[in-house]
Amino acid sequence: MAMPGILQQLRDVMSPPSTKQAILGLFQDAESAATAGDGLKEAGIPETDYDFLTDSPYPEGSLGEREEKHRLYLYPFIGALLGLSSGIMITAMTQVAYPLMTGGKPILSLPPMAIVCYEGTMLGAILFTVIGIVFESRLPKFQLGIYDERITQGFLGLRVKAEPEQRYEVTQIMNSAGAVDVKTEQ
Amino acid sequence: MQEGKVLPAAQINRDLLRSILETPQWFWPVVSLLGAIVLAAAITIGIMINTGLGITGLNYKVVWGFFITNFVFWIGISHAGVMLSAILRLAKAEWRRPATRAAEVLTIFSLMTAMIMPIIHTGRPWRILYWAFPYDFARGIWPNIRTPLVWDPSAILTYLTSSTLFVIIALVPDFAVLRDRTTGWPKLVYTLLAMGWEGNPRQWKLQIIAGVLLSALILPVFVSVHSIVSWDFGMAVAIKSWHSTVFAPYFVVGAVHSGVSAVVFAMILLRWAYGWQDYIRHEHIDALGRLLIVVATGWFYFLVMEIIFGIYGLEGDELAVRALQFLPGDYGVAYNVWMIVFVGITYFLPVILWLPKAWRRNLWIMSAACISVNVGMWLERYLLFVPGQANKQFQTFTWNDYLPQWPEALIVGATFAFVSMLMLLFSRVFPLVPLYDIKEGDILRTEIQVGRRTVPATFRED
Repeated sequence: MAMPGILQQLRDVMSPPSTKQAILGLFQDAESAATAGDGLKEAGIPETDYDFLTDSPYPEGSLGEREEKHRLYLYPFIGALLGLSSGIMITAMTQVAYPLMTGGKPILSLPPMAIVCYEGTMLGAILFTVIGIVFESRLPKFQLGIYDERITQGFLGLRVKAEPEQRYEVTQIMNSAGAVDVKTEQ
Repeated sequence: MQEGKVLPAAQINRDLLRSILETPQWFWPVVSLLGAIVLAAAITIGIMINTGLGITGLNYKVVWGFFITNFVFWIGISHAGVMLSAILRLAKAEWRRPATRAAEVLTIFSLMTAMIMPIIHTGRPWRILYWAFPYDFARGIWPNIRTPLVWDPSAILTYLTSSTLFVIIALVPDFAVLRDRTTGWPKLVYTLLAMGWEGNPRQWKLQIIAGVLLSALILPVFVSVHSIVSWDFGMAVAIKSWHSTVFAPYFVVGAVHSGVSAVVFAMILLRWAYGWQDYIRHEHIDALGRLLIVVATGWFYFLVMEIIFGIYGLEGDELAVRALQFLPGDYGVAYNVWMIVFVGITYFLPVILWLPKAWRRNLWIMSAACISVNVGMWLERYLLFVPGQANKQFQTFTWNDYLPQWPEALIVGATFAFVSMLMLLFSRVFPLVPLYDIKEGDILRTEIQVGRRTVPATFRED
């Protein structure tokens, strides 16, 4: 069977197989988690290879995490444009399709068109914002990976992707920062 | 402000998920009772559709009675969600945290209930599709977009869709908490709903931006919805007392008045039912009480303006309607007495009850004040819509009045049971107080020393 081989090669080219292992450290307070994050940075672990997992939002930068870039602000504009266009199309086309002649006034009655177009614009903007939030949050995520249910009980998780030879060092950094538990992906 | 204590996350989960993980003994009997009322109303609607609107008190002059009054009332209640959630979120008011979800959910269920009213009021509900949906179902006739019959669905459906998405997006982090706290098929359902949420900084950042961005986008929709609902009346040139330019802001402020009062009452009920004393605190009810004084006074201003605008033109027809509303007469229905009752229980009584701090912190008094506002606001809509149609003007042969019959009373009463039942069922499967919002509030809280006093403070991010 040639196809699976080709598909495998294609997949390898698209995303080369990673040898990195996920390690999850659990911390009781933000200070310990931030200290572990600093330790990882000093050990040369790239910022993109570790993430903090929390059960509520912390002020930006309080854990020393990387700055996240996103394009969410584009989505409402695209949605609003599409919504407005749909609104204009629906209102104009229905009036043209069944013209109601009223005292010599224009067939296209602008004030009511404005109302429906306004709602269409807002609906489009809101729908696209929600789509944007989901996609920019990298959701849906079908595999959770290494995780601990204690995170939603107030513990802070620090998940690191590290090469096998770095595993011991990462575990040490976490333990010395005060991790209450360190787990490795099997 | 900030009277509560900082609680551990595990306790917040335990307390706020109690309504989901444990079923109180009263829950199913209460839901069954409410369900029975809703079922009775559904049967009545069936009879009404089969027999015709003749079994109601509606007649050839007064065509908009209890159903449309109830429609506007529930649209008004739905405005609480955005008022509390969006405006307070944008204003970064700390005390919004326990109230937002309940307010947003009340918005959704109120809108759903409101939409039922005009649909059943048509007598032949299936025809709504022909009138409102942009498609030529028959004989190449397309909906007439110049009528509020098309504007209303477009505004309400936009608001309903937006509010629902707003609630769902804010629920995702809480779904993850439920995913981690449940087993069996509920866990499977919550896992699917959580969409793989793990709570990394990127997801939280977008969640926070989502709250602000969606608030900013829904606010204009919120204003437009009740404005458009008011134009159902304001655009009717033929009916005196309806054709008023002040209707849009008057309706919006009135909606906020009744909606926020409804949320306060719902919060007091939830606090009592689920023992959420640590989350829905006296300080929150107090703050909402103060807000309500301002909203109520704004509403009162528009009420007075609406009456003045009506009388100022000195048009005979308009004055006839105003006389019917305000002056005693042998008309059968004493609208003037109802007017006094309505203004008293919508403005003067509640505002007097909200003025002293001690009364704002008394949950019994606050409940009474909020119920009073909502009874009054229901009456307000009735007294605004019906006298104008009663047509006590020009030729006496066109005079008529309206006396609601049992189907209308039952259906209108059942809408309250319907919304209560939906709120209870929601609280059984989803948290009605946002867990992460409460936890975030606790993270940002601190105390600072000012001179010889230690005062509570809150960190804020910009």
